[in-house]
Amino acid sequence: MRNESRVYLGIGSFFIVTLLVYFFTSHESTGSVLLLASAGLGLLPGLYLGWWSRRMQQRPEDTGEGEPRDITGVIGQFPENTIFPFTLGIGVWFVGLAFVFGLWFAIIGMAFVFGAAIGATGESKRASFSERENVG
Amino acid sequence: MVQTAGVVEHERKAPGGFYKWVTSVDHKVIGKNYMYTALTFMFIAGAMALLIRTQLFNPNGHVVSLQTYNELFTIHGSMMLYLFAGPFAFGGFANFIVPLQIGAPDMAFPRLNNLSYWLFLFGGVTMLFGFFTASGAAAFGWVAYAPLSTAPFSPGPGADLWIVSIAMVGFSGIFTGVNLMTTIFYLRAPGMTMFRMPLFTWSMLVTGILILIAFPVLTAALVMLYADRHFGAHFFSVAGGGVPVMWQNLFWFFGHPEVYILALPFFGIVTELIPVFSKKPIFGYRGMVFANLAIAGLSTGVWAHHMFTTGVVLLPFFSALSLLIAVPTGVKVFTWIATMWGGQIKFNTSMLFAVGFIFAFVMGGITGVMLASPPIDFYTHDTYFVVAHFHQVLIGTTVFAGFAGIYYWYPKLTGRFLHEGLGKWNFWVTFIGFWITFMPQYLLGLRGMPRRIPIYSPTDGFTFLNRMSTVGAYMMGIGMFLFLLNFIISWRRPRPAGDNPWDGYTLEWATSSPPPPHNFHSLPPIRSARPLWDLNHPDHADSVPMVTGGDESAE
Amino acid sequence: MVRSMKKRSLELSWAHKARRLLGSVAGIGAAGLVLSACNIPSFGAFKGNTVQGNSTYHLWQGFFVASIFVGGITFILLALAIIRFRRKGESIIPKQVHGNTKLEVFYTVVPVVIVAILFFFTVRVENKVDTVARNPNLRVDVTAFQWGWKFYYPKYGVTTITKGVDLYPTLELPVGETATFRLVSLDVVHGFYMPEFDFSRYALPGVTNYFDFTPQHTANFLGRCSQFCGLYHADMLFYVHVVAPSQFQSWIHAHQGS
Repeated sequence: MRNESRVYLGIGSFFIVTLLVYFFTSHESTGSVLLLASAGLGLLPGLYLGWWSRRMQQRPEDTGEGEPRDITGVIGQFPENTIFPFTLGIGVWFVGLAFVFGLWFAIIGMAFVFGAAIGATGESKRASFSERENVG
Repeated sequence: MVQTAGVVEHERKAPGGFYKWVTSVDHKVIGKNYMYTALTFMFIAGAMALLIRTQLFNPNGHVVSLQTYNELFTIHGSMMLYLFAGPFAFGGFANFIVPLQIGAPDMAFPRLNNLSYWLFLFGGVTMLFGFFTASGAAAFGWVAYAPLSTAPFSPGPGADLWIVSIAMVGFSGIFTGVNLMTTIFYLRAPGMTMFRMPLFTWSMLVTGILILIAFPVLTAALVMLYADRHFGAHFFSVAGGGVPVMWQNLFWFFGHPEVYILALPFFGIVTELIPVFSKKPIFGYRGMVFANLAIAGLSTGVWAHHMFTTGVVLLPFFSALSLLIAVPTGVKVFTWIATMWGGQIKFNTSMLFAVGFIFAFVMGGITGVMLASPPIDFYTHDTYFVVAHFHQVLIGTTVFAGFAGIYYWYPKLTGRFLHEGLGKWNFWVTFIGFWITFMPQYLLGLRGMPRRIPIYSPTDGFTFLNRMSTVGAYMMGIGMFLFLLNFIISWRRPRPAGDNPWDGYTLEWATSSPPPPHNFHSLPPIRSARPLWDLNHPDHADSVPMVTGGDESAE
Repeated sequence: MVRSMKKRSLELSWAHKARRLLGSVAGIGAAGLVLSACNIPSFGAFKGNTVQGNSTYHLWQGFFVASIFVGGITFILLALAIIRFRRKGESIIPKQVHGNTKLEVFYTVVPVVIVAILFFFTVRVENKVDTVARNPNLRVDVTAFQWGWKFYYPKYGVTTITKGVDLYPTLELPVGETATFRLVSLDVVHGFYMPEFDFSRYALPGVTNYFDFTPQHTANFLGRCSQFCGLYHADMLFYVHVVAPSQFQSWIHAHQGS
């Protein structure tokens, strides 16, 4: 995890340096704000991952000697076929079109959005059949 | 269903047909959806380009009206950049290839992946709705400078449809960026450390970072523009105390990283196939990683080189960084050449396109260095010189390198080959047409022809060069048609490809073509950046630590 | 042992040759920039006419010469690679070279040096082009609007303005005199583009831009709008006449009446 943390911290530090050079030479505010925000984008995850990497054991993909058998087991759970991203996509689209064609579009769109949210949550519950305590 | 490395269970009857396609969360299905959709958008935008070039064939042309022309170049540019190049790279190629290259069964967030595709499709289609409104589609250029894009100067829903469209496609991109980064950080196969990842995957990681830096800024700018247009805000109007130039700052803070978001994946594609077709490893793996990072970093600090002529930006800062960006890009070009050097180069269609890309990109990059110098930019800004420059770099990367990738990975995606002979015709017609289209445009720009003009006068002296350019554009159109033909023939008369037709090095070639659901039945041991090469050529294997210092050969 | 040493020396001599070649290229490139006074072709550009534009023109020539060298070397190397190392017949496995730190450092450092040289000359010309004289001979106020131009000479109270299609205003300038321009827009962003002066600048609403021209030759050309500004962007033309100072004065007198 250390290398991942370093990638983010590298980004953050780069932006801090650029920001300092840019702000003190140009005093221009828009660019400076954007550079500052970008520094945050790197430093926040970088510091978090860096902190975690000290506390966790090396994962099989962090050591050079990992074997495929090291990662057997459940690594994720999701339904193989689900209509709800599509439903959510329609909902978001209609809400977007409401900005052009009128508020009534947003009402239809939000109906799809809520439907997708409810459906996807229910689906997640249904999907984990490997762990009996999660069923039902 | 439960995803396990190796075991698959079904609780209910698997859906079929259209429903299965719509609801699939398999990154391979979604990746192919993106590719088909993006290529369709490319052909539509290409048709618009041909209309534009037809209009410019004659001085005072009247193929289309002034207003339609302005809509055409706006939507052509917007479609190519937002709806073709980006989604094709990170939604199409990356989606399909990255999980395979790192030995993962799927992306980290498969449902988010599916959603990203719908946002892209619906958002893309929304942009085209503008043509069906009474006042037409957006007509202010793909950069939508304020105050031209504000309500007094661009009334009508076309502009708002454009805003909504790009906001949706922007979110699609952001979600894909998140998905890619998480997948690359968390789902690598055992033994695949960061410095053993394929360079295409590295490119996609860096692209993902750039997406997260750039796209939210665009979304914010679009929200501000919409607020100015409809909520009575005054972000960009002088009368209300706003600053029009702020739009340019915001837009280009997104816009410049955007072009590297478009370029880096295609650099990555070429970095994959040049070593394979030269039968050598990439020359200087770590150098390429650092070049990627340097390009990404520098690209965020050069945005105002698009604003040199405003007179309100710090010229030396942006000029210096823009000139510097030539260095890591040059490192990549020299690396590709050094990789080919001493190799055994096979010139199939894929490699032809890759070499063609290098020629086009080097020249486009050199004119970019010229544009990085403010005095030269004062002369050439907003002229056809710039049009020629960016088309060279963009077509070089998205079309030539993109097609190199298509011809390389098509066997893996579909299990069949594209026809080599037709592919070579595809390449040469497109490549020659490309030079005929854009070289005259450099001269046109230097002789005073501005961008985004629907007509010019017969006494301007622009006619001959414009005509040459139009002929070249039609050639490129024919070249693209040849690709379509090749694609259709590969379906009608399939020639099966095996698991690893090119003797490739990376994990995607370690499974069947096309791969099964969840990608791998078994993984080879990963002890270097070329796991499959090590497996297939144990006498020339890389399984030594990847450290550069002096000249290493594995012998 | 001997075989691997020979290979190493072959590799090094190749790197050495490339290094010497590129070293001489950099030298020639720099000399090219310096020798810009000599008869180097224009490479398609206008010669600039004004003192400022002339500087830009020479910078362009220098960049172009440098590009020929850098691009030329790259293309030659690429062409050599694809010709020399084509797979012929049976595919053998070539030497698996992973890298060469010396070469990689070389092709990183040399471009940095080249870019630094280009930056140095850029800053010099940039300062020259952007300098605004404290006491110019002439002031011109340029106002851009959808879709035309207004030129106002405050010293003489003379105005020329776009009156309609094909009725473009004239910007008259005296040779040899420094004119400071004030540029602003009334509505959207326009581009004040003087092709033969090798120059353009945005006309922005709410922000005034200042720049100087010191024309050196008489001239007659069309100025244009370069930044897309709406429906009649292509029609925002104006005539630029650079004339002898006496002719300029007659023109002023003729226009002062109206």
